[in-house]
Amino acid sequence: MLSRIRKLKAAGVVGINNRNRGYIMPHNPRALYARVDDKVETKRLAIAAGIAVPQLYGLIHAVREAKDFERMVEGHKDFVIKPAHGSGGKGILVITDRRRDMYIKGDGHALTAAEVQHHIENVLGGVYSLGGQPDQAIIEYRVKFDRVFEAVSYRGVPDIRVLVYRGVPAMAMLRLPTRSSDGRANLHQGAVGAGIDMLTGATTLAVCRNHRIDEHPDFGTPLGGLQIPGWPELLLLAARCQDLAPLGYLGVDMVLDAELGPLILELNARPGLGIQIANGRGLRGVLNYIDAAAPLPTDAGARVAVMRAYYEGLETDPVPL
Amino acid sequence: MKRLQATILALLVTAAALALMYAKITRLGLPLLPNQLEQVWLVEAKIEFNASRHATVVDFDIPDKLGAFVRLDEYFISRGYGLNVGIRDHDRRAEWSTRQARGAQRLYYRLEAVPQSEDEPPEMSRHVPAAAAAPVYEEPLASAIADTLGDVRDESANVFTFVSQTLVKLNALAPNDNIMIIRSNIDRDSEVWVERLIYVLAGANITARMVRGVILEDNANQHLTPWLEVHNGTRWEGFDPQTGNRGYPENFLRWSVGGEPLLNIEGGRNYSVAFSVSRYAKSPTMVARARGVANDTLLASTMLFNLPVNTQNVYRVLLMVPFGALVVAFMRTIVGLPTLGTFMPILVAIAFRETELAWGIALFVLITTSGLSLRFYLERLQLLLVPRLCSVLVLVVLLMTVISLVCARLGIDKGFSIALFPIVILTMVIERMSVIWEESGPGQALKEGMGSLSVAILGYLVMKNEYLTHLVFLFPESLLILLAVFILMGRYTGYRLLEVARFKDIVEAPASDAKSNP
Repeated sequence: MLSRIRKLKAAGVVGINNRNRGYIMPHNPRALYARVDDKVETKRLAIAAGIAVPQLYGLIHAVREAKDFERMVEGHKDFVIKPAHGSGGKGILVITDRRRDMYIKGDGHALTAAEVQHHIENVLGGVYSLGGQPDQAIIEYRVKFDRVFEAVSYRGVPDIRVLVYRGVPAMAMLRLPTRSSDGRANLHQGAVGAGIDMLTGATTLAVCRNHRIDEHPDFGTPLGGLQIPGWPELLLLAARCQDLAPLGYLGVDMVLDAELGPLILELNARPGLGIQIANGRGLRGVLNYIDAAAPLPTDAGARVAVMRAYYEGLETDPVPL
Repeated sequence: MKRLQATILALLVTAAALALMYAKITRLGLPLLPNQLEQVWLVEAKIEFNASRHATVVDFDIPDKLGAFVRLDEYFISRGYGLNVGIRDHDRRAEWSTRQARGAQRLYYRLEAVPQSEDEPPEMSRHVPAAAAAPVYEEPLASAIADTLGDVRDESANVFTFVSQTLVKLNALAPNDNIMIIRSNIDRDSEVWVERLIYVLAGANITARMVRGVILEDNANQHLTPWLEVHNGTRWEGFDPQTGNRGYPENFLRWSVGGEPLLNIEGGRNYSVAFSVSRYAKSPTMVARARGVANDTLLASTMLFNLPVNTQNVYRVLLMVPFGALVVAFMRTIVGLPTLGTFMPILVAIAFRETELAWGIALFVLITTSGLSLRFYLERLQLLLVPRLCSVLVLVVLLMTVISLVCARLGIDKGFSIALFPIVILTMVIERMSVIWEESGPGQALKEGMGSLSVAILGYLVMKNEYLTHLVFLFPESLLILLAVFILMGRYTGYRLLEVARFKDIVEAPASDAKSNP
C-alpha cells in the first residue's frame, strides 16, 4: 500500500483532494461556474466568440411548454434533449430517428411523445441537475460523428476531452461509449477512455472502469493507434475555450461532426482524473511545466506551443514496461 | 502562507480548548473518565397552568422517602412565587403561592437522587394502621368479590400470599364472570385500577394503599407509575397491580404515598404535570463544590447541567453530532468512500440510536428496498418530480406504520422506535438511489447505498461511545479540538485510500501488446 502510494507520487498522479485544493480552488473562481454549468450560457458565449457548437433547436423553461417540443423539432429527424445544468452526462436523451409518431432512442428503443415529454418534465423538475434545482431543457442538433470512430463506439457519441490548464491543453483522451455505459461517454459510467498522444493526435492506450484494456469491450477492435483527424485544429479550439470562461482548470468536451467538423459540446469546471489512467501518466508533470512557463501567452496558438514544448522534451514512454 | 495560517489557527483553537478543559479539571474537579463518577438521576416535574388573575396557590406532592434512592438535592424553580415546604398527613408537600399571576404559568421541581448504597431494611412502620373496615358493596359487585376472595382464602397462608394470589386471579388472561364484574373495564395500568384493588382487598380487611413512583430511565417524557402497597400488621410490602408479583419495579423512585391528588391549584385552570428523567455523572467533589462555585461563576456557567433536564438530553445527542461528522469527513476525504449526500449518514446514525443497530439496519434496508420498488413503478406513471417524491414519502410513512403494527402484534416492542426514523431522509435516499440506479446502473447505486450505510454504522458506533459522550458533555469546548482536526483535514491533499486502488494501472499495468504509439 505504502509503496504504491510512493510510486503514484513519483509518477506525478494527482488525487481528488489535490485537484480540488491545488488546482480547482485557486484557478476556478466560483462566480464563473455558472458559465460552464449552464449549457445555454456556454452556447451563447461560444457563438459570440465564433466557436462552433451544435445548433439549438429550442429551449423549454416550464412544464406547460413541455408539449411544445414537437413543434421545436419539426423538420429535424433526429435531435438531443439535455438538461441545461446537467453533469456527468446525466439526463441526456438522444433521438436518432422517427418512425410514424414514435421517437427512436439511441439504443433502438421507441418512445411515445408522452414519454419524451415526461423526460423533459423530469429535466425541468431538476432530477438530473446539480443540487436538484429546477432546470431548463435544451433541444439541439444531434452530432453525426465522424466515421473514424464507427468501429470503436457503441451507439452514443464519442467525444474528445481535453484538459486545459491555464489556457494550455495539458492532456487529452478520446471517450468511447460502450454497451455498459448505455451509449454515454462518461468514464465512471463504463465508457472507454483512450489516451491521446498530444503531439500526433493518435490514441495510445485505453482504460475501461479503471483497468487498462487493448480492445473495445463490445467490438474487440484495437483501441491504440487511431488517428484523430484535424488534431491541430482541435487543440487550438480547446485552447480558445479558455477565453469563453477564464477557468484555470477546465475540461473541454468536443465532438467531430461528419459535416460540421469540430464542435464544442460542453465545458466542465471539475473535470475528472480518469484522464491520467487513460494516458498512463500523472498530470503533475505537465501542470508543473505550465506553471513554470507563466506568464502564459495570450494567443491560443502560442499556448498550444507551450504544451508541444513540454511533450517534445519528454523522453519516457507513458507505459512503464 | 495559507498552510501556516491554517496550522496556527488549528493550534490556537486546540490550545484554547485544552486550557479551558484544564481549568475545569483543576478548579471544578471535573473528572476526565466516566467511571470516576457517580451516576446521579435528575427528575424534573414541570407544572403548567393558566392563572386567572387572582391569588394563586399551587399545592404539589413532593417525594419524602424515595424507596431505593436517596435524595441528594432538590430545587424549586418558581419566579414570583412564595414557597412553603412541609409535611401534611404524612405527605410532603410544596406550596407555591402568589398574590397575582396572569397567563401561562410554569413551575419546576427538580430532584437529584442517587441509589441507596446498600439494601436498607424495609421501612418499619412506627404506627400500625388500623385494619381496613370492610366496605358495604352493592350487588352484583358484592357477591363477585365475596366469591373471588373466598376462593383465594382457602389457598393462601398469610396476608402477602393472599394478596398476591388475589391479584393473579384478578389479572387472569381468561377471567370468569366474577372477575369481569370486578374489572368493569378499568385500564389495568391506571390509578383507578389500584384504587379498585384497594377497595376489593378491604373486603378481606386488608390495609392497602397506593404509591406513585417514577421509573428512572433516560426519558424526556416520563410519567408516574401507580403501585400497590399492602400492610401485614408489621410492615408494608409492594405489589405489582398488573401481575401480583411482590416488590417494586427496578429503579422505582417513590414519589407519593396514598391516593391524594398530586396537584391542587387554587386560582388556575388547565393544569398539567410533566415529568422528565435524565442521568448524569457527578463526582463526589463536584457535589460539594456545586454550591461553592459562586466565585467561579464564569467557569461554572459553561456547564450544561445549568439547562433544563430535557434540554440536557437533547444536547447529549447534539454534542455527539460533530463526532459523526468526523467519521463522514474521514471516510470521504481520506478513504474516499462514496455516500449519498454529505450528512445523510449522520442522520441515519442518529436514528440508529433510537432503534439499536441490528434493528436499525434491518429497517433501513427494508424501507429503502420497498421504497425503491415503488419508485420504479411510479416512474412508469410518469409523474412530476415533487409529487413523485411525496408519493414515496407517503409510502415510507405507511410502511413504518405497518411495521409498527406487525411488531405490536408479534409482541416486539422495537417496532415502536421506528417512529423516530427520519422519514424525509429515507425518502431522499430512495430518490437519489433510484436516479443513480438509472443513470449509472444498479452497481453504482448499491455501492453508494452501502457506502452510506457503512458510514452510518461507523458513525453510530462512534456517537454511541460512552467515553466520548461523557467527555463532550462535561467539556463541550472539546469540540474545538474537533474543529482543529477539520481545519487540518481541509488542507489534506494526499491520495484517498480508494484512489490508490483506482490509479493502480498507471504505475503497475501489465505490459501492453497493443501499444501502437512509437
